[in-house]
Amino acid sequence: MSGTFVGMPAFPAAAHEAVRDQTLRGNLRHATHTIRAKREKAVAEVADWAQLREAGRRIKDHTLRHLDRYLEQVEEAVTAAGGTVHWAVDADEANRIVTDLVKATGESEVVKVKSMATQEIGLNEALEAEGIRAYETDLAELIVQLGKDRPSHILVPAIHRNRGEIRDIFAREMREWGRPAPDGLTDTPAELAEAARLHLREKFLRAKVGVSGANFMVAETGTLVVVESEGNGRMCLTLPETLISVVGIEKIVPTWRDLEVFLQTLPRSSTAERMNPYTSTWTGTTDGDGPRTFHLVLLDNGRTDTLADEVGRQALRCIRCSACLNVCPVYERAGGHAYGSVYPGPIGAILSPQLRGTASEIDASLPYASSLCGACYEVCPVAIDIPEVLVHLRERVVEGGPVTRAGNKVVLKPAKGHAAERAAMRAARWAFAHPGALRTGQRLASRTRRFHPRTLPGPGRAWSGSRDLPPVPAEPFRDWWQRTHGGKDGAK
Amino acid sequence: MRVALFLTCVNDTLYPDTGRAVVKLLTRLGVEVDFPMAQTCCGQAHYNTGYRREAEPLARHFSDVFGEYEAIVTPSGSCGAMVRELYPRMAARARAEGRGSTLATALAPVVPKTYELTEFLVDVLGVTDVGAYYPHRVTYHPTCHGLRGLGLGDRPRRLLQAVKGLELVELPGADECCGFGGTFALKNADVSAAMGADKVRNAESTGAEVLCAADNSCLMHIGGTMARLRTGMRPVHIAEILAVTEEEPTL
Repeated sequence: MSGTFVGMPAFPAAAHEAVRDQTLRGNLRHATHTIRAKREKAVAEVADWAQLREAGRRIKDHTLRHLDRYLEQVEEAVTAAGGTVHWAVDADEANRIVTDLVKATGESEVVKVKSMATQEIGLNEALEAEGIRAYETDLAELIVQLGKDRPSHILVPAIHRNRGEIRDIFAREMREWGRPAPDGLTDTPAELAEAARLHLREKFLRAKVGVSGANFMVAETGTLVVVESEGNGRMCLTLPETLISVVGIEKIVPTWRDLEVFLQTLPRSSTAERMNPYTSTWTGTTDGDGPRTFHLVLLDNGRTDTLADEVGRQALRCIRCSACLNVCPVYERAGGHAYGSVYPGPIGAILSPQLRGTASEIDASLPYASSLCGACYEVCPVAIDIPEVLVHLRERVVEGGPVTRAGNKVVLKPAKGHAAERAAMRAARWAFAHPGALRTGQRLASRTRRFHPRTLPGPGRAWSGSRDLPPVPAEPFRDWWQRTHGGKDGAK
Repeated sequence: MRVALFLTCVNDTLYPDTGRAVVKLLTRLGVEVDFPMAQTCCGQAHYNTGYRREAEPLARHFSDVFGEYEAIVTPSGSCGAMVRELYPRMAARARAEGRGSTLATALAPVVPKTYELTEFLVDVLGVTDVGAYYPHRVTYHPTCHGLRGLGLGDRPRRLLQAVKGLELVELPGADECCGFGGTFALKNADVSAAMGADKVRNAESTGAEVLCAADNSCLMHIGGTMARLRTGMRPVHIAEILAVTEEEPTL
């Protein structure tokens, strides 16, 4: 399993394959349309949705503006409650911290709650390199892990798989990782769930170390929160002797009162539920109950650099609900893998090139993986203006500009491969600034209209491969106007 | 009332019929229309592709050309949204980057008096029945920038419903993007084509003869896909429907 997505092809190339995969297209279409319709209903039930959305936006913005203060508050509260706080500036440091903590317990396996942060840093691979096996316990994560696959959705990592494929993966792979799938396993959801339950139960009862992420951290009490649907998270959080939570520094909410807003907006936006079936909260350690040792690893990994960007920082408001993925027409056709990042879809297209920078081919292509239709902004429960950030990042790709990297201000050069486009854009701007030049061009196009090819060369081939070009009219509008209205003001 | 027609560079060059339809329609409704010959392009392609600074002189040019008019009407939701939504943002950023507030000063008067055509008809002229006659089965695609950028809402539908002889049929998945997206259609051709094909299939399922929208850019992409898939449906700009009457059935 390739966990880090580094070196993947640029978005258009990856999407080229996905668009032609009929099974994938069918699976995605079915899943996104189902959840899209449900979400709409769940949101419509709440009379003050617009106010909740605005409240969520404000709470997040306020917290991000005073992040230093709230992070210190979290550290104090967690420490006072018997936990230990570690700071990780990047993926390598976070992986090293977690690996050392696991090694110190003498264990060689851990159970995991689904966690975007640990996927972001490639923790499973880092642990494996040190001889530690990490078992994913979220049903969809389990499917991805057993299938030696990569997640393709924030909330439903195995959204690209259908029931038949899941049955085959379970029957083939469970044996390798522990309790095998029952003989004669069918593809009914109940049987698949039962197979996963039996397989996972063994691991929950055996594991001495649990690894989690968190949806939120409440600064005032140092409490971490995980919301989930299956209960596997609660097993991981309560059964092991040692719990290690890796959490992005942007996950803070100041108070329990603030948490209330997100406990309403997150489930409705993500799973279209009124509340999550399981909401688990943990604060440090408690004698005789739950893990005896608790470590919190606070992860930066590009977040403070993102915070330094006035336009791009709004991406840090994200509460990982994935509503933007489910409404995105591009995600629906291209699938999550084409984004080449742990965070796919519209939010991935703005978050990944900020966390990782725009140097790689895939990261430079992500800001263009959108038609700017705006559906993502409309559904976002914390009002991230994704189209605005996309355009902002496009400018960074084509023109370069100042960014913050590892805390230092640097000036980026434009990404490679945009020189011809930039020249064309400048030429077009010049022509548009000179109405006479535009008119000459229009007339030339009209006069030569009979000789226009039906398919285009160069970048235009992308158009004429699947669409007919409109014929150029004999007379552009301005010539008609001049002829009929004499260029004078006013019609009749 | 004297208004300026901002036709947009795409309509001017490729879809002159839309411009003629707007002139005919507005004139019929008693509006004096002018077409300032110096107009060119709003700069959206530049802005949205990441060449924000290249778009600024075009925005200035827009304000020079249209500043003096009472109202500016455009038959393009997308270019309308560029002026109304993105020009203020452009001006704010120019100021934030220490390039002064002259762009903001230049754009401030033109932004609020720029209207997309259906908005102008319904909100400013206060009409929904424009006296048109169009005996065809029509489905309507609300383009993204019209729907979410400008918030046109049900204005185009109300105008179409009032057209004599017109049978309006609902388009399944109407609010989903057709896949044009300006340079998106070139940069992500496969995904764009797949989105376009789905849009056309949905349109075909309505049994309509005509798919209408308030933006020729989206219609160019949808129409090009229709032609390639040989659906027999026609893409038509809403202005060209609203312009024709029983007495004068052609432009």
